[in-house]
Amino acid sequence: MVEFLLQFGHTLLSTILDVSPIVIILFGFQLFVIRQPIKRLKQIIIGMIYVILGLALFLLGLEKALFPLGEVMAQQLTDPAFIHGDGPIPEIAYWKDYLWVYAFAAAIGFATTIAEPSLIAVAIKASEVSGGAISVWGLRIAVAIGVAVGVSLGAFRIVTGLPLPWFIISGYIVVIIQTFFASKMIVPLAYDSGGVTTSTVTVPLVAALGLGLASTIPGRSALIDGFGLIAFASLFPIISVLAYAQITAFMDARLAARKDSPEASIPHRTKGETS
Amino acid sequence: MMAGITALLKMMASSARDLAPIVVVVGFFQLAVLQQPLPDIWGLAGGVLLVLMGLTLFMQGLDLALFPLGESMAGAFANKGSLFWILTFAFALGFGTTAAEPSLTAVAAEAARIAAEGNVVENTEAARAEYALLLRLTVAISVGIALLVGVIRILKGWPVQYLIISGYASVVVLTFFAPENIVGIAYDAGGVTTSTITVPLVTALGVGLAHVIKGRNPMIDGFGLIAFASLTPMIFVMAFGMLWAAL
Repeated sequence: MVEFLLQFGHTLLSTILDVSPIVIILFGFQLFVIRQPIKRLKQIIIGMIYVILGLALFLLGLEKALFPLGEVMAQQLTDPAFIHGDGPIPEIAYWKDYLWVYAFAAAIGFATTIAEPSLIAVAIKASEVSGGAISVWGLRIAVAIGVAVGVSLGAFRIVTGLPLPWFIISGYIVVIIQTFFASKMIVPLAYDSGGVTTSTVTVPLVAALGLGLASTIPGRSALIDGFGLIAFASLFPIISVLAYAQITAFMDARLAARKDSPEASIPHRTKGETS
Repeated sequence: MMAGITALLKMMASSARDLAPIVVVVGFFQLAVLQQPLPDIWGLAGGVLLVLMGLTLFMQGLDLALFPLGESMAGAFANKGSLFWILTFAFALGFGTTAAEPSLTAVAAEAARIAAEGNVVENTEAARAEYALLLRLTVAISVGIALLVGVIRILKGWPVQYLIISGYASVVVLTFFAPENIVGIAYDAGGVTTSTITVPLVTALGVGLAHVIKGRNPMIDGFGLIAFASLTPMIFVMAFGMLWAAL
């Protein structure tokens, strides 16, 4: 119990230290520049205490339970003894030997993104601003799928040793093409979702996976190849959110077309049957 | 009292749904794929409980403090009508929150180690610390500038994609010229800058600004600040690597 309280105190203190620049900037500007009393000051102070306490508990729980286990699992899954069984360890990594690693990368990328508090915040805001057109869960799942694909592909890159810029630059090209076809409404939100995915929960687990992979695969340097997974995790959600918007728009349009003109779709069908 | 407890239970349930995928994934891989028992099951359960309580409290605080604070700051600055002060605020918020970001500190220390191994930096404690500090300042300045440019964009109503696509183009061009060992770090630096507290605040600020300024649409103009904050660090860190190599 004493040990727990000490740990909690330590996490709480470091959370307060992390939050303090934000609090200083906010209140400094409020006091010296805006010079107006803050509306609902009491509520905001209570809310800030909730945020700090909540974040400290959240981090402590992650550090005590999930991160150590996740890191051990990343190590075990990338361990040559697990990957090659009793067989000899090849000198050059063969990408098909690592299927479980890609599966783990995708699953952990998806799961950590669903739990990411900053993404929940942005999704709530987006749903509010769009008047419900963008659903909180729709956005979160779209982003999580993007992170899953990204981290999995990033693991594949570490295994094969292909250059990082190839993937990132191709990703950019896909984003640019999608931007031209996407609705103006979704583009800024999609771009934002790249940045929000990678915070408290995702970064430590994904980084552990990258370092584990890069340090066990022959010919990879943990220091150079271990980096880059975060970049994948922040690029692919942009693609998946744009895709999600396009798919929803397409479905809506089809639904609307069917509802508006039931006759119009019938001749189309008969034409198809006669040919 | 009863209503309060029901509301709390509801929030706990929603947090539990957010955390369920992690528990399932970790359990599945540990038991079915690695075929190993879960170590210290009580410690694990306690940890999950802490995460659950933490997430529930944080979500409460989000509604009570972070969202209203971001929105009221946006409103206050718009009322004041001073371009200078709102831009100073945007820069200070970006710079201040990033300079203190713990994950950035970790990445910068790691980057200094790589640089020392690649003989870019002298392999002494002092030289590495200096390199790491300069790198952190570079990223912090880049996020400050990102928010500053992002706020100007909201005020002017520029479409976000032109700025972002030009940013991508700069990243691609710099990739060819930057030292190879900094590229991976630069790409990752974009992702680590946006923390759990900054994101809701900055989002509320952007949406709030787009809300109070005439002719701006919160959906089109309000979002996008985070996107800038994750793009500029890539550009600045690669530029930093080139400068360091040249000097």
